[in-house]
Amino acid sequence: MVKMIRRREEVCIGCRLCEVHCLVEHSRSKDLVHAYKGENPRALPRVRVEEQGALSFAVQCLHCQEPLCAYACLTGAIRQMEDGTVFLDEGKCIGCWTCVLACPYGAISMDLTRRVALKCDLCPGRETPACVENCPNRALLLVEEEVPVG
Amino acid sequence: MVRYLIIGNSVGAVGAVEAIREIDHQGSLAVVSDEPYPVYSRPRISEFLAGKSTMADMLYRPEGFYQTHNVQTYLGRKAVKVELGSKEVRLEDGEALAFEDLLLATGGVPFVPKMDGQGKEGIFTFTTLGDAEGIARRLPQTRRAVVIGGGLIGMSVTDALVKKGVEVTVVELKDWVLNTILDQDAALVTQDALADAGVRVMAGQSVQKILGRAGDETTVGGVVLATGEEISCDIVVVAIGIVPRTELASGTPIQVNRGIVVDRRMATTVPEIYACGDVAEAFDFIYGINRVIPIWPNAYLGGRVAGYNMAGMETEYPGGVAMNSLKYFGLPIVSAGLYDPPDSSYRVMRSLDRKNRLYKKLVLKDGLVVGMVFVGAIDRAGIVLGLMRDKIDVSSFQDTLLAPDFGWASLPAALRREKLTSNGRSPSRGPSVLSGRARV
Ligand SMILES: Cc1cc2nc3c(=O)[nH]c(=O)nc-3n(C[C@H](O)[C@H](O)[C@H](O)COP(=O)(O)OP(=O)(O)OC[C@H]3O[C@@H](n4cnc5c(N)ncnc54)[C@H](O)[C@@H]3O)c2cc1C
Repeated sequence: MVKMIRRREEVCIGCRLCEVHCLVEHSRSKDLVHAYKGENPRALPRVRVEEQGALSFAVQCLHCQEPLCAYACLTGAIRQMEDGTVFLDEGKCIGCWTCVLACPYGAISMDLTRRVALKCDLCPGRETPACVENCPNRALLLVEEEVPVG
Repeated sequence: MVRYLIIGNSVGAVGAVEAIREIDHQGSLAVVSDEPYPVYSRPRISEFLAGKSTMADMLYRPEGFYQTHNVQTYLGRKAVKVELGSKEVRLEDGEALAFEDLLLATGGVPFVPKMDGQGKEGIFTFTTLGDAEGIARRLPQTRRAVVIGGGLIGMSVTDALVKKGVEVTVVELKDWVLNTILDQDAALVTQDALADAGVRVMAGQSVQKILGRAGDETTVGGVVLATGEEISCDIVVVAIGIVPRTELASGTPIQVNRGIVVDRRMATTVPEIYACGDVAEAFDFIYGINRVIPIWPNAYLGGRVAGYNMAGMETEYPGGVAMNSLKYFGLPIVSAGLYDPPDSSYRVMRSLDRKNRLYKKLVLKDGLVVGMVFVGAIDRAGIVLGLMRDKIDVSSFQDTLLAPDFGWASLPAALRREKLTSNGRSPSRGPSVLSGRARV
């Protein structure tokens, strides 16, 4: 089974709580206030709310079956794992941003302070990713599908 | 007899190994390289020279990669001949490896033109980990360097040398640096960043002669430019360009132009022999012709396609594109496709803010984006490259493309839905890049 996040733009209210909770989940303390006020450099979200007027929706990594980011990664920092998720090892990333150019979804962001690329990791250790769990209007849903990898 | 034989042990080879092993876990697979190391990140030799990457960091695949993929390695061994009759590859030490399918993933070699004063101690090229180690060993005696060639590799070595406190002069024959991937405006912004880093760029100039040291003719002491100007230095790095390493194909019917010609299956003109990466002349989806595009992502993808076909799964190479992302001197730059249109039948859209080092340029033809250069703010570049790749007609929203808030929400609803919801719907997750490949 492969976990995937599905977005529903018709019910997204553009509150950006997904970004907030993603940031907190990827902070050291995992504490909302501390993550914003006490951590330097501040963690960054791996989901991005795209907006134009009343339209909004969140975009994060699709964990592609054919991950162009991993194919393009110069160092081997991005790999497709056995379970189908596309994982970015920040320790191996040199911030060359080739993946940022390669990803057609614009789903990889740049941490310019730490000079590493950031992407959704589906919140390892959590049953449901933080963005999905904290979305107040079910604009993000976790779906699991039977998709053999490879 | 080896079922799959690969010459070269870099990214193209890895693409092939990973594809082959998705399909065939048993067939014997061997990799030959004249470099002694397990596969490493070639672009990362810059970080290595700068002292920012250890040997362990350099590895492109985890230790144990060859065991888990059941690959026999012949490292530090050079292949010298492909015998088509007996279908074997002869190594320099005399051993012959018979193969069923052969992949030439031999990359390129640095081009070093004839120059007066060659052969001195302190002259380097910069394409292998060995080169980086050689320069690193010489750093204690190096205060000043001349880098010949302001291309990608020249910038890469310059960045590393600057981080090591070396004073660098870059001598570039054309009118601006990075001229094979950047137009003049983007290059000028880059040259501002180079100047800030203390690098002297001498564009429109060439090195005529490499000088020795006073009292020691065998060691580099400086260079003389065509203008007669002398620049003293302790090392010279020749970074003029890379030529496809096609030597194994010569003397065989394998067709070679600039690189080894391959079809959309990455097959050469001789059955059961494939080529990929910097040595291959493969399809470019922007130019619509076969071209050598010596970049890492294309080598991986081409290797992957070759691997599937070698293992019997018909797969078509979707085509590559010249795409580069640079981060040298702290300035993010991306470029893809036809960044400088050849004639006035192209439409160019651009915005330049040189002071803040922000530049965006798009090249359009018949409603399609065919080229781009972004400097500074590059985070949305992938979406634009995706539009190029998918050949999306952007006419109805082209005015949004350069806007600072450009993103998915700028795109027409139908397009957005089609692209962005594919993850929620089986069978496809993400783009289907490898056409013909059975998608499960
Ligand atoms: C300094 C530097 C920076 C770069 N930066 C970037 C970048 O930022 N982005 C990017 O996309 N690309 C970059 N590149 C280019 C990228 O490294 C190449 O496109 C890529 O390595 C090509 O891979 P390949 O598998 O075709 O061959 P290569 O990596 O060239 O490897 C070929 C291997 O085959 C071996 N070989 C060849 N012939 C034989 C033989 N007869 N017998 C045995 N072994 C043989 C060679 O020794 C070599 O190890 C950079 C390159 C350099 C040098």
